Amino acid sequence: MRQQTQAKTFEVEKIRKDFPILSRKVNGYPLVYFDNAATAQTPKQVMDAIVDYYSGYNANIHRGVHTLSQEATDKYEQARIKIQKHFNAENAHEIIFTSGTTHGINMVANGFASLLKKGDEILVSAMEHHSNIVPWQMLCEKTGAKLRVIPMNDKGELIYSEFETLVSEKTRLVFVNHVSNALGTVNPIKKIIEKAHSVNAAVLIDGAQAAPHIKADVQELDVDFYVVSAHKMCGPTGVGALYGKEEWLEKLPPYQGGGEMIATVSFEKTTYAGLPHKFEAGTPNICGGIAFGAALDYMNEIGFYEIATYEHELLEYATKKLKEIEGMKIYGEAAEKTAVISFNIEGLHPYDIGTLLDKMGIAVRTGHHCAQPVMDFFKIPGTVRASFAFYNTFNEIDLFIEAVKKAKMMLQ
Amino acid sequence: MTIQEKQQEVIEEFSMFDDWMQRYEYMIELGKSLPLIEEKYKIDENLIKGCQSKVWVHAELEGDKLAFTADSDAIITKGIVAILIRVFSNQHPSEIIEADTKFIDEIGLKEHLSPTRANGLVSMIKQLKMYAVAYQTQLN
Repeated sequence: MRQQTQAKTFEVEKIRKDFPILSRKVNGYPLVYFDNAATAQTPKQVMDAIVDYYSGYNANIHRGVHTLSQEATDKYEQARIKIQKHFNAENAHEIIFTSGTTHGINMVANGFASLLKKGDEILVSAMEHHSNIVPWQMLCEKTGAKLRVIPMNDKGELIYSEFETLVSEKTRLVFVNHVSNALGTVNPIKKIIEKAHSVNAAVLIDGAQAAPHIKADVQELDVDFYVVSAHKMCGPTGVGALYGKEEWLEKLPPYQGGGEMIATVSFEKTTYAGLPHKFEAGTPNICGGIAFGAALDYMNEIGFYEIATYEHELLEYATKKLKEIEGMKIYGEAAEKTAVISFNIEGLHPYDIGTLLDKMGIAVRTGHHCAQPVMDFFKIPGTVRASFAFYNTFNEIDLFIEAVKKAKMMLQ
Repeated sequence: MTIQEKQQEVIEEFSMFDDWMQRYEYMIELGKSLPLIEEKYKIDENLIKGCQSKVWVHAELEGDKLAFTADSDAIITKGIVAILIRVFSNQHPSEIIEADTKFIDEIGLKEHLSPTRANGLVSMIKQLKMYAVAYQTQLN
């Protein structure tokens, strides 16, 4: 990972001023937003980019000769370059705009349908989000390929030795999340990619949960596909990016037919446009793409090393404080994890805790986090998940801990 | 007591509280008085869909009145279903079918009425009414 070595002083109060939503009240209490793994909040700078687009140069892209269309096209393509630079992709045309991570995954799964045959194997980790399980199951149904699962241990870490034994000449694809949404575990993707490449299998990494915390370098990782969503990294919803190595993107057939993705059309034959347009049928989320670029600028201005360092301090502090509460059970204690704490309190339902926390202005996620296999592994119906971002504070963690104690008292 | 009278009774009880904590504490208390469903009825068919917690409801005719029993693995949900059952249980199915549920709003639980709300209060009401519809046809 490309990270700076020296952390700047982290001016969280100054940063918080960029996020108007953080000063609102919920149920009469100051909002404490700890549901960042579901979606991150939006800074003024990103909102400004959205307003600028609609008030200054809203137009369809790539096809108009008029000034507005040119301006919108330029900004949209600049955003693509920002994403390329951020993830250190070799070429801008290796960045495909999507509607989000799920869309990116489906695009790849759909593309592989014509490349797989019966007997081929797809490996997925045991801690995947449903969006990274279901498309592969559908792909297996379609092609006759077999889905095999890389198991994890009680700490919520993938068992690498088991993965090594699963990898064989039959392995064609490996799908692992960079960071688990339910547990926060950071997976050893570089090792996984190397091993998968030793049998010429392609690797898709779901970077949705990692991207807000870790700046992935797709060339250093040598990953084949990396997918992210803008809204997890201070951008708007409904937009994301798929990075794909040029050679793979050339090999995969287009995902949808429509405008933008064609070179020539006649009723006899259509030739597809080159990358990235081959995968971008129809009018895209232009404003969303531009705002995604603004969000990356914003986060890079703060610095990913600084963000990760600060969030890690929040994580350690919150973990220590939570563990002091009697009956506390934390799920996911991997040696390397992002600022996510999934927990339950003995004898209490996560839904009850979440409801009472909301009454006290604290936003957390409860339930199975779209990762039922993870919940089944721990034999629980769900957890309470608190996930932190760089704009959260130690004081908010204190409020959260007090609220958890209060909820516990009310429920017992 | 009619459904209307029972609703009024619940509204009056909740009006004694001036903050959410007291309301929720009372709701949790009410959950403990819920007529519990027999274990044999705690089956998937009796689960109410759309809830983040598990809620089982069973209905039985006693004469021409419908009696509900229920349970949930979450305490607040148990409280909510207890209030519903207190209002709707031991009533004629036709009364249950016609009853409105505006009292939920008045006791400060309006936020639970949103159809997307994970506790599935809306689904619970629907399920109670479905039972009433089913038994109504039996009575006719």
